Amino acid sequence: MLTKRIIACLDVRAGRVVKGVQFVDIVDAGDPAELAARHAAAGADEIVFLDITATHESRGTLVDAVKRAAQQLFVPFTVGGGIRTADEAAAIFDAGADKISINSAALARPELIGEIGAKFGAQAVVVAIDARRSDSSGPADTAEVFVAGGRRPTGRRAVEWAREAEARGAGEVLLTSMDADGTRAGFDCELTAAVSEAVQIPVIASGGAGNAQHFTQVFREGKADAALAASIFHFGIADVRSLKEELRRDGIPVRLPC
Amino acid sequence: MIAVVDYKAGNLTSVMKSLRAVGADPTSTDDPATVLRSDKIILPGVGHFAATKFLEDRGLKAAIQERIAAGTPFLGICVGLQWLFAGSTEALETPGLAAFPETCARFTPGKKVPHVGWNSLSILPESRLFSGIGNNSFVYFTHSYRAPIANATIAVTEYGEPFTAAVERGNIMGVQFHPEKSGATGLQVLSNFLEWKPC
Repeated sequence: MLTKRIIACLDVRAGRVVKGVQFVDIVDAGDPAELAARHAAAGADEIVFLDITATHESRGTLVDAVKRAAQQLFVPFTVGGGIRTADEAAAIFDAGADKISINSAALARPELIGEIGAKFGAQAVVVAIDARRSDSSGPADTAEVFVAGGRRPTGRRAVEWAREAEARGAGEVLLTSMDADGTRAGFDCELTAAVSEAVQIPVIASGGAGNAQHFTQVFREGKADAALAASIFHFGIADVRSLKEELRRDGIPVRLPC
Repeated sequence: MIAVVDYKAGNLTSVMKSLRAVGADPTSTDDPATVLRSDKIILPGVGHFAATKFLEDRGLKAAIQERIAAGTPFLGICVGLQWLFAGSTEALETPGLAAFPETCARFTPGKKVPHVGWNSLSILPESRLFSGIGNNSFVYFTHSYRAPIANATIAVTEYGEPFTAAVERGNIMGVQFHPEKSGATGLQVLSNFLEWKPC
């Protein structure tokens, strides 16, 4: 039986894993290669690196971090943040990534999805969508897509953009609810379900993970194929293995033992 | 010499890396002469079945055929497994090796495609590739086309329908999943392949 994936996400800045606490302070959470290996050993089904600086100068540092992390990783490894061209994607693949995640650049030039897919296969292209509802109680299917790290609205609906991304050859959608992100109050299940039901490709839910119950909800009500979390894993608040054991008790199919 | 055939489909990095992790010293090559000198052949691959046309165009297919006939152990991964069959509806104009007569096809509608993630294996006990690996172990898949159940099927996975997760016949083996991305289970599969000796 196909299991639900638990994905550990590492926000990387200037070659270190960082985490904002209450959106202000950036706390150094450690070495990306070391943390990636630790999460994989604890049972993470996949590892994602998100380069949150994504400036030209930090490119080389990121490629280095990807290379080092990939050396010891034998689970799928996705890298995103600031990838604008198929050539930039190629450098990340060469460093050992299995998939790349694109966001702003895909909205600016949707052909990029197909260009990377043609060279590396659709399975290697994850389209990341950051979405926010007009107000937090607004209808999920009208949630709007934001770019530039959530700073700029695009006027496009998340559901409709996900459909286009699929049609252009995306292999997966990584959907982050900006309303839920950082709250640890649970995923936006309604938004996740609206997107998941609109496409045939797998949808990864992100934003809002605080406890095991939230994962169960987003797999059941949100119809997510995978769920991603960052901060809750870093400081040992929930390790992946105990999270999975709880999910199994809830009847969610997970990879255990891992 | 362990030849990992480079046919410009996806990247070889992770396959090479995982082979080194289990103690091998693989050579990646797109040269038929190198394939002809190999003691073991691995054909990786993610992406489109049409990419296997490169094998025919470069004379690699003939070289692989010759080595297989001589008893050299062969392992196909993902599209590399599908290539062992007659072909795939993904690219009917590009025939496979036809070691097995069936044709690969897209998953039947009614579920999400591609099939992405960790799924379990029902393993036949006589398998050599899965020696030491427990039944129902999880491995990582990512694919939209699959091989049907065949005589050579040694492991089956369910995704709305049962399909071939692995084949073994004589010195020919193949896996639909990615052993290089399947944690300790995947490394064990590679290790079993490397240690396997033709009798």
